[in-house]
Amino acid sequence: MNTITLKQTLPEVFSSRDDIRSDIWHQELSFRKGEICLIEAGSGKGKSSLCSYIYGYRDDYQGLICFDGKNIRNFVVKDWVEMRKKSLSLLFQELRLFPELTAYENVAVKNSLTGYKTRRQIEEWFERLGLADKMQAPVARMSFGQQQRVAMMRALAQPFDFLLVDEPVSHLDEENSRIMGEMMLEEVRKQGAGVVATSIGKHMILEYDKIFKL
Amino acid sequence: MNLVWKLLRRHVSVAQLAGFFLANLFGMLVVLLSVQFYSDVIPVFTQGDSFIKKDYLIVSKPVSMMGTLTGHGNVFSDTDIGDIRRQRFCKSVGAFTAAQYDVAARVTVRGMASFSTDMFFESVPDEYVDVNVNNWKFDEKENIIPIILPRSYLSVYNFGFAQSRSLPKLSEGVIGMLAFDVWLRGGGKERLMKGKVVGFSNRLNTILVPSDFMAWSNAQFAYGNNGRPARLIVEVYNPADENIALYFQDKGYEVESDKLDAGKTTFFLRVVSGIVLAVGLLISALSFYILMLSIYLLVQKNADKLQNLLLIGYSPARVSLPYQTLTILMNLAVLLIATGLLVFIRQYYMDTILLLFPGMEVTGIWPALAVGLVLFVIVSLINMWAVKSKVISIWKQNS
Repeated sequence: MNTITLKQTLPEVFSSRDDIRSDIWHQELSFRKGEICLIEAGSGKGKSSLCSYIYGYRDDYQGLICFDGKNIRNFVVKDWVEMRKKSLSLLFQELRLFPELTAYENVAVKNSLTGYKTRRQIEEWFERLGLADKMQAPVARMSFGQQQRVAMMRALAQPFDFLLVDEPVSHLDEENSRIMGEMMLEEVRKQGAGVVATSIGKHMILEYDKIFKL
Repeated sequence: MNLVWKLLRRHVSVAQLAGFFLANLFGMLVVLLSVQFYSDVIPVFTQGDSFIKKDYLIVSKPVSMMGTLTGHGNVFSDTDIGDIRRQRFCKSVGAFTAAQYDVAARVTVRGMASFSTDMFFESVPDEYVDVNVNNWKFDEKENIIPIILPRSYLSVYNFGFAQSRSLPKLSEGVIGMLAFDVWLRGGGKERLMKGKVVGFSNRLNTILVPSDFMAWSNAQFAYGNNGRPARLIVEVYNPADENIALYFQDKGYEVESDKLDAGKTTFFLRVVSGIVLAVGLLISALSFYILMLSIYLLVQKNADKLQNLLLIGYSPARVSLPYQTLTILMNLAVLLIATGLLVFIRQYYMDTILLLFPGMEVTGIWPALAVGLVLFVIVSLINMWAVKSKVISIWKQNS
């Protein structure tokens, strides 16, 4: 997949409003593979909605969203399963980790779908993010910041053309945020992928190709 | 898969599954037992003569005092036969041909005892006899006469003669292996031949030989030429046709009607088995319902986990697999244990049945196994479909 195009897209809850001023809603724009994009917005502007529309688990929007020109409303279950396995990865704002699994298992449960990373590579990630000693700890007992890092590793443990990261560093200090940004960028560059990151103000310090205000 | 199972086994209620397991086991056992018992017992009543066509009647004229005194009367004329043949219910008519010479047989049992008896032969046209063609053929050079005996003769020997003289009881198989001496005498000639029993009949109260043997032997030994048949074999389209009874009643003929008694018994056996089977199926259905509720509850309780698995790229099929495997394994265990119990229970009643009806064909547990397998496949398929559709509904809740 090379482009994600939004055409006059608008969450249905905003449809009655007449004061929409946004770089995304009700516009025509594309996210391209290889580009790093940042979407900034205050809360309640629909950042997570946008991610869920693109990731295919909500469709309460008007207008069109197309992957390489194909309207994603026509995708069936099988298409989305393939998409989420091989082309599209999302770091959920609410993380959606499995509290009863250990940190490592949370990454492995995703990695086992495609066998994309080796155990050694995943262990290296844990070391870089300062979580080496937490690998076998249940996620339920970790702080939200630590969980965010686990969720990032899970999002990276698959092949993808686009990586959506929904407020990835909201609970991280600058140092950890920097390390995570570096790690993400390495993986993204390696895969030649595009990134769509959202932020409520605090964001990873990266060289963004495009910055949108939602 | 292991990680997925680690996630999804949460909230698996052992108590609920055990409840389902026991209920389903009981239901399955009742179903299998009713099917097996029915198929084990039904041959007692219907053990047909596989070598005789099914839908036929044996017709004779009553033996009356007048007939006995006047010396004629209970044979069928060509007009009688022609009349029966013209009836709508009649497919074909064959005549019994009796041997018109003397026959004597001698059997030696293990060299210990021998008994000989005068006897007689009869034959019907070969198309009414369905025994293997090679066995039901007479060859003068081989000197062997194939014979079908009434099964009651064997019972008379086993339970009367052998019992009272402490002689060994003979099964049908053993009789089939014995050859006994047969003397044919008549028309000034005599010949010693071997007789070989190729089958037993419940319905033909005669000693039956192939029609080609009868033609040959009558030509050789017959005293005279008095070949009128006293009994007819009538093949009918539908034995339940009331016109048959009306016609024969009208003519004053006698029809052998053992089929009627067996028919009544099998009817009641069928009804009872049917009721038991229905109860078994009902229990199975209820247990199946428990399982479905339990699985639905499980899926509902684990909905968030299932949802997250689907969101990180697991397909509904893959997420359904652990629960589908669980139900299939349980169904399989139920089938295996129920079959084991069935074999165990069957031993007891089969011992009794075989004691009461020796020589009865034993069919094996295939009928119950087939029903069990069909039930297993149907229930498992519905289980798989139900789990999958429940998971799909979670996918849809997502969007």
